[in-house]
Amino acid sequence: MTTYINSGSKDTRSGFGAGLEELGNKNDKVVALCADLIGSLKMDEFKEQHPKRFFQVGIAEANMIGIAAGLTVGGYVPFTGTFANFSTGRVYDQIRQSVAYSGKNVKICASHAGITLGEDGATHQILEDLGLMKMLPHMTVINTCDYNQTKAATIAIAELDGPVYLRFGRPKVANFTAENQHFEIGKAVLLSEGSDVTIVATGHLVWEALEACKALNEEGISAEVLNIHTIKPLDDEAILKSVRKTGCLVSAEEHNYLGGLGESVARVLALNHPVPQEFVATNDTFGESGTPDQLMEKYGLNAASIAEKVKRVISRK
Amino acid sequence: MTDITALQAFTTQVRRDILRMVHRVNSGHPGGSLGCAEFLVVLYQAILKQKLPFQMDGLEEDLFFLSNGHISPVFYSVLARSGYFPVAELNTFRHLNSRLQGHPTTHEGLPGVRIASGSLGQGLSVAIGAALSKKLNGDKHLIYSLHGDGELQEGQNWEAFMYASGNKVDNIIATIDYNGQQIDGATDDVLPMGDMKAKLLAFGWDVVEILDGNNIDAILKGMTEAKSRTGKGQPVAVMLHTVMGHGVDFMMHTHAWHGKAPNDEQLAIGLSQNDATLGDY
Repeated sequence: MTTYINSGSKDTRSGFGAGLEELGNKNDKVVALCADLIGSLKMDEFKEQHPKRFFQVGIAEANMIGIAAGLTVGGYVPFTGTFANFSTGRVYDQIRQSVAYSGKNVKICASHAGITLGEDGATHQILEDLGLMKMLPHMTVINTCDYNQTKAATIAIAELDGPVYLRFGRPKVANFTAENQHFEIGKAVLLSEGSDVTIVATGHLVWEALEACKALNEEGISAEVLNIHTIKPLDDEAILKSVRKTGCLVSAEEHNYLGGLGESVARVLALNHPVPQEFVATNDTFGESGTPDQLMEKYGLNAASIAEKVKRVISRK
Repeated sequence: MTDITALQAFTTQVRRDILRMVHRVNSGHPGGSLGCAEFLVVLYQAILKQKLPFQMDGLEEDLFFLSNGHISPVFYSVLARSGYFPVAELNTFRHLNSRLQGHPTTHEGLPGVRIASGSLGQGLSVAIGAALSKKLNGDKHLIYSLHGDGELQEGQNWEAFMYASGNKVDNIIATIDYNGQQIDGATDDVLPMGDMKAKLLAFGWDVVEILDGNNIDAILKGMTEAKSRTGKGQPVAVMLHTVMGHGVDFMMHTHAWHGKAPNDEQLAIGLSQNDATLGDY
């Protein structure tokens, strides 16, 4: 088992802000748009340093997505920033027609995803966005796990020619992946080797998976942990290689089990190597107000829940 | 000096193309297509500074975005006859494996199309984005766009109107095909939009009206006037008053032909009213 150290909790959205700032300095084709949430998205530095390449569009997300699509004509690489709910559900048809179907090189960057948005409640806690976005042809879908990885992913997606959905969050969470890491889109990261069960996790649930791995190890259960930061295209090979060894799998995500990472993984298993799978995800429900920790506990999205599902899936082998 | 007679002949041929395209597949939208024939012919033959072969980024040229994508027949005909792709390809309109999809798309790589449209209300935002791109590139060329009037019932347009004036996007000319008709009837019956000119002015746009939007000379003068109003800190809208179905007598002054193809007999009548000036595809 590999252990990881939290170098100091930080919010993933700040990783986005730092990545965008760095991109702005090295790539003058990168432009950024925001729908009245500059502070929340940590886009202040980019705005300060590159005012001509920053567009405040106001509370008008549909217009923002369209303007971003238009900015690609002429060679720019637009990064849009708003909450995940307003980045997807609110503007689905704009993304579908003006971005995805039109093959425009727009990076849709979404903060405050999932239930850990916390006290604002269900109106803002989208748990359906991964499903919405992964269903769009041509869309790359990424959900990063910590500050360092979010920063690296932000920089990496500028190099990909095509639409991307980059999902991150609001709360401060453990920052444990390497600083200035190379981010390879579509490539799972093997965090810890094990032999009894495969845990595939994405976003904030990756740290929880590592915590579960530690607890399970003390009980004599050897878990392999994969960080699936790219949900589409999914790294089928890494998942299959792992389950061929372990014979069962738990998927973990801050999202509805319908349409999330777990269902994408289930398809890969069903087609190639059927093994028992359990899902750590919300159970077709809306969220509610509360602190992030309270909500993760209530909706079964933490290390304890992952450990419990691990035991269940092993018993089904 | 622009040859108005030649543009008129070009338009007549475009009308034939529209009728023949929708008739062949018994689907498509002839009404709005016929109403905008003069406008798109003037735009592509006398106004746009364009470069061929087509490049998506369109640097150092004027760009056009069609927002009301259902009038694809007129768009395709004018693009083909302006040299963007072979005229013979019009024969594949709405066929399987064709680049000429029911609604225009970049997906099949058809030269001349810079954005997919069909789901209404999205084109103005895209055109504004392209206009901002021109400004960032220091490119003095203009962005043109076309929108249906019924399409303005979509709220996104008003976000876009607000943005463009508030941010002085003054290198765009957005034309509204003001024919007063939409699928279910007259716009005034479906959802009255009130005094459109007053609304556009209130949203901070400069407005040019072309009262006879099916008259080539009037369109030339109006668009020249619109061009002269760019670069002055305000976006420019053109209210193009047209007649849906123009040039085919039984299709005029009604919404009935918005999305309906003519039968064999109706096609023959329509073609008899429009001579094959450039040769049919």
